[in-house]
Amino acid sequence: MSKREPNDVQLDRSFTDRLISMITYVVYAIFAFVCIYPFYYIFINSISANNLSERGKVILYPMQIHFQNYINVTKIPGLLDAAKISVLRTVVGTALTVIVAGFLGYMFTRETLWKRKFWYRFVVVTMYFNAGIIPWYLTMDKLGMTNNFWGYIFPTIIQPFYIILCKTFCESVPRELQDAGEIDGAGTLRIFFSIMLPVIKPILATIAIFAAVNQWNAFQDTLLLMTNTDKLNTLQYVLFQYINQANSLKALISSTTSSSNLAATLARAATATSVRMTVTVVVVLPVMLVYPFFQRFFTKGIMIGAVKG
Amino acid sequence: MRTDPKKARSYREFLYILPFILLVLVFSYFPLYGWIYAFHDYQPPKPISAETFVGLKWFHYIVSNPVRTADVLRVLRNTFAMSGISLLFSWFPMIFAVFLNEIKCRPYQKFVQTVTTLPNFISWVLVFSIAFNVFGSNGAVNSVLMDLKLIEKPISFLKSKDHLWFKMWLWLTWKNAGWAAIMYLAAITGIDEQMLEAARVDGATRMQIIGHIIIPSILPTYFVIVMLNIASFLSNGMEQYYVFQNDFNRKYIEVLDLYVYNYARSSIKNYPLSTAISMLKSLVSVALLAVTNTVSKLIRGDGFI
Repeated sequence: MSKREPNDVQLDRSFTDRLISMITYVVYAIFAFVCIYPFYYIFINSISANNLSERGKVILYPMQIHFQNYINVTKIPGLLDAAKISVLRTVVGTALTVIVAGFLGYMFTRETLWKRKFWYRFVVVTMYFNAGIIPWYLTMDKLGMTNNFWGYIFPTIIQPFYIILCKTFCESVPRELQDAGEIDGAGTLRIFFSIMLPVIKPILATIAIFAAVNQWNAFQDTLLLMTNTDKLNTLQYVLFQYINQANSLKALISSTTSSSNLAATLARAATATSVRMTVTVVVVLPVMLVYPFFQRFFTKGIMIGAVKG
Repeated sequence: MRTDPKKARSYREFLYILPFILLVLVFSYFPLYGWIYAFHDYQPPKPISAETFVGLKWFHYIVSNPVRTADVLRVLRNTFAMSGISLLFSWFPMIFAVFLNEIKCRPYQKFVQTVTTLPNFISWVLVFSIAFNVFGSNGAVNSVLMDLKLIEKPISFLKSKDHLWFKMWLWLTWKNAGWAAIMYLAAITGIDEQMLEAARVDGATRMQIIGHIIIPSILPTYFVIVMLNIASFLSNGMEQYYVFQNDFNRKYIEVLDLYVYNYARSSIKNYPLSTAISMLKSLVSVALLAVTNTVSKLIRGDGFI
């Protein structure tokens, strides 16, 4: 047995290879489970009998399915308003960010632009520093951005990273396209709107989705800027309040349930847990819905991003 | 007077971008001017003026006031601990990608990638909500452990300060690892197929291929990630720690960014000192960025700025 035949080695190898494969499959199954189960858990609890989910009985599948929770949350004062604000900031913020990123990305490829390189760097370098929370807050306060819806929009319009993406994309478009427009007498703006804009749509779509997810997820600006008003709370902020201030949530719930006898049964009456879970599902849902569409942009987005400014 | 049409166009194009340049100036550069609050005795509503100027008083205060010094050292310890753990385990997404790439069943690979990337796109508030619902006293984890009779009463995972730094890393990894792996997966796709084929023909085992071809090929990517990690060592942001903080773990969860916020939040009088601390942090961060970029240039021949 001192000398092993080549066959043994081959056998040996395929055995360890298969062992590695098996371990890999199992380990990644665990990873996948850890990532997806929490979402599933919260969802099945939001549609199960509330007295069961309250006691942690709903683990694997929904029990006594009902959708009363989704009706109940619409009655909580302030929640619908928060949803409106969240949608509004996502739509307005995304639209402006995308248009500006596309336009500036294009302009920074125009060699005729006065001091082009300088202005490009002037914009891009802002990625690498910030003043810090307090100076930023005091400045925003001075600019009238506190307790004002535009505080969600103006500070986020210029996103250097997206501008870099657009610029890189514009550079990959054949120059002849612009030259042709130029010969036909189109000006700088005309070339952008009529020629470049249709061509750079794919990158704009990518940016739109990333920007929308960021707007939807934003939390810190509500915390810092909207200190003296409840009218501008976003869903993210409201959800955080619900988790952290159980008592005020209970007060809110009792104000809604007393008026509706329909929800009086134990299984369907709103509880702090049911409201938290249901609102969590509502806040996750939009991200889940767009996720399949933008998943294919991931590699593109992350790789173009690796290109430096 | 005759104007050069080329010049005229060049200026006109500048006029088109001018509004946006102003926007950058106002929202990104102008806040830097707020640093002057670090040199004043700011007592609103009285505006700052020459009279309120106190020079480096607040900077001196950081080291001369024992309570503040202890606080700053404490949050520095937390910042270093949590950034340090992240840096120590920064190889995780790379290894995650390497072995994910070894899964030959494409649909399964795709499924794992899709599912593990998802948490990257939800906010920290949602992560906290998930943590609260799954690890709370009547959440899934405690229910299962109780049903299995492994514990007698619920463990308060979120309130305890035990292993807090590591738990914060786990949440961060839960959220980011799948996303971070995508970059490595793309790098692995870029490896020359002929090289891998040649290795297989020569009888290299899978582990040998991973160790001698795949990992060395993606190390440059890893190197850049490590450099970026070092550059942002002091800035781990405040959102994650803000949502997870409570009265029981605050002493251990407060990183620099969160401390600056919490301290300023407790009283307007604290604005100047908060500003001074965050200003020092910014300066060190910029220096770190410059250093790492230079190191990257020396080693890779290319910086990342």
